[in-house]
Amino acid sequence: MHRTHLMGAATLALTLVFGLTGCSADTADVESKPSDFAQRFQDMLLDAKAGDVIVIPAGTHNFQRSLSLNIDGVTLRGAGMDQSILSFKGQIAGAEGLLVTASDFTIEDLAIEDSVGDALKVNEGNNITIRNVRTEWTNGPDTKNGAYGIYPVQTTNVLMEGNVAIGASDAGIYVGQSKNVIVRNNRAEYNVAGIEIENTIDADVYDNVAINNTGGILVFNMPALSQEGHTTRIFNNNITENNTKNFGHKGTPVASVPAGSGIVINSNDNVEIFGNEIKDNRTANIIISSVYSTNYSEDNTVEGYDAYPESIYIHDNVFSGGGDRPDGLDLKALKVALYGLKGRFPDVLWDGFEDTGKYVDGKMPAKLRICLDNGDATMMNADGPGGYKNPVAKVEGVNCTLPRLAAVSIPGVE
Amino acid sequence: MIKRLLLFCATLGLISCSSKTDIAPVFHANENPDTLSAWGLLHIDRGQIELSDRVLPYDLNTPLFSDYAHKLRTVWMPDGTTANYQARETFDFPVGTIISKTFYYPKGTDGRVLKSPDTTQARLKSGFNLDDVRLVETRLLVHRETGWAALPYVWNADQSEATLKRAGDLQILTLDAGETTKDFAYVVPNSNQCAGCHATNATTKEIHPIGPRARHLNRTFNYADGEAGQLTKWKAVGYLQDVPKTAPKSATWKDISASLDERARAYLDINCAHCHNPVGPADTSGLNLEPNASAVALGRCKLPIAAGQGTGNRLFDIVPGKPEDSILTYRLASTDPAAMMPELGRSLAHTEGVALIEAWIAEMDGDCS
Repeated sequence: MHRTHLMGAATLALTLVFGLTGCSADTADVESKPSDFAQRFQDMLLDAKAGDVIVIPAGTHNFQRSLSLNIDGVTLRGAGMDQSILSFKGQIAGAEGLLVTASDFTIEDLAIEDSVGDALKVNEGNNITIRNVRTEWTNGPDTKNGAYGIYPVQTTNVLMEGNVAIGASDAGIYVGQSKNVIVRNNRAEYNVAGIEIENTIDADVYDNVAINNTGGILVFNMPALSQEGHTTRIFNNNITENNTKNFGHKGTPVASVPAGSGIVINSNDNVEIFGNEIKDNRTANIIISSVYSTNYSEDNTVEGYDAYPESIYIHDNVFSGGGDRPDGLDLKALKVALYGLKGRFPDVLWDGFEDTGKYVDGKMPAKLRICLDNGDATMMNADGPGGYKNPVAKVEGVNCTLPRLAAVSIPGVE
Repeated sequence: MIKRLLLFCATLGLISCSSKTDIAPVFHANENPDTLSAWGLLHIDRGQIELSDRVLPYDLNTPLFSDYAHKLRTVWMPDGTTANYQARETFDFPVGTIISKTFYYPKGTDGRVLKSPDTTQARLKSGFNLDDVRLVETRLLVHRETGWAALPYVWNADQSEATLKRAGDLQILTLDAGETTKDFAYVVPNSNQCAGCHATNATTKEIHPIGPRARHLNRTFNYADGEAGQLTKWKAVGYLQDVPKTAPKSATWKDISASLDERARAYLDINCAHCHNPVGPADTSGLNLEPNASAVALGRCKLPIAAGQGTGNRLFDIVPGKPEDSILTYRLASTDPAAMMPELGRSLAHTEGVALIEAWIAEMDGDCS
């Protein structure tokens, strides 16, 4: 027994002599050899101080476990989104690649690839800048891919610009339950949702490209969350050919998005859509819907939650193509019934749910309407409330205007 | 060489070199020692783990599942200090408090670890032999002036010392469950991930212990000097003041004399509610699994939010009467890091815990038409 005792001390002494914390004999061998940087990166994240810039060198850095940062005021800076790559291929543990729970955070010029769950999640924080970051699942669209590419949630003053998001099984670029958000100059492709704004107040989404997603740009409101969203401007975006088969997980809100959706407004209010080029989205260039047409029902009603999309203003967009090959048998049948075999859905498809409790003289008050003031573009009513039995091919009286929404302003951002 | 080592040990006051009598816990107010022994909480004497002076072991009614690891939990406070009782929240502990949790497994053959009921109390009572266990890690929560610090220490191969690994660790273990064996990745959390559970308020981000709450501690413990109620004992040794005559009590999840609802809610409380509470990191989902939650917030017919792969192609968090259609059970049973819940702290599914939650949902009336 005495002998064992001394052996223990000897091992300890050796450890102390070498001053190592990473030399433990029982550390599992890492299959993909981590770079020197990869071995040190989590320690750097733990030791960071406000004002620090952590440089991620060029190269591919492999990780088996998720990384996390919870110190305010830190910048992570790579050498470019095709140069500095944090790869999570073969990740064993952690629900995301990088989890940030901190404010005054900037991440730029790097890539996060093949995380098992979300690539970059920022949970609660103010003044978040995500710039020139690529999140990608390199095998292409696959239900097994992680859910979100770039995923700030419950954040304020958020700037996402110059990013590229590819292959997310939910949304490529997502912001949820946040306030004061600018999403610009990003590219989202081959995600289920290209760009998604959910339960967020005051978002500007402009100069983005959403292409080859299932749905291009989504503005959603879900029940039972910390805040209801409203007031989003979607303008000057290119939203083209978002016709990729839906590879989302059944049960997720985006899994009900039909392939071929350009813009989808779901149960959100005060949305202004203008100056976009929206083309060749085969179900419809714009869909306006309520969660009532998905899985929301009287069994899960949340008191105070407004499930109706209201005050939606669509103007000055350039539409072309689209609506010609809707996704799913029901929509195909509906299209044929209303517009014939060779016809197409109009540019705007509405599921028909509106809050009859707000009617004045039998119709929605002017300020709560859907207004389509966009040349010869027209809108269909699918008659969701009536069980889709009496759809209306062209809703009359929608050529109206609403007050323009104010631009979002983030301190220090031009 | 031996002489030099002994001198070395004496200089550093290492536990593995000393006997029980000259060891007392040390509260390090600022620095984070590289070795667990520097804290002086427990030491190894003649092949047994001994707790140092006034280091009190405790147990919880229903524990967090951690890949079938057994847990030795201890609390220590500096002389003359005491915690204030709180009915619902974690006790208000004095600065200087050190809480430890040692994760270990009974050893099987060929280096495997055994799946077996946690018998930590009996081991302490009879002499905690190291021969038949494998110590994996000891996590400390240290209450400093600046708040609680979370420090993970990983035991070395010869079980003589544990070393601070703030960036965590990953060890491949093989669980021997009798008829089956399974390799799994035992994950030691990094310091931030400690906060992932222990910062139960995602806005303040302050970390604190989760177990030492009245309802979890309100049970008996078989101490060296006999069985006693833990709250009574804590009071008797001066670790707790203002203890009321009756305190809330969570069910023990395996105690079939308690109702299914009490057991399931106790299980969800300790395993989930540190994130799934109205101000926790998982408030982004709107799902609240605290003991007082109900209806949609508790998951009944609730639409998932940002669940990704976690839905398992199911539509609602809980479908009454139908565990096989409920996202809650899917995520509890999953071992896919992108889908499983909790997100941290396990690589294996807790078969028995999943069965409890399935039974609880199966008993519910109604549907989500």
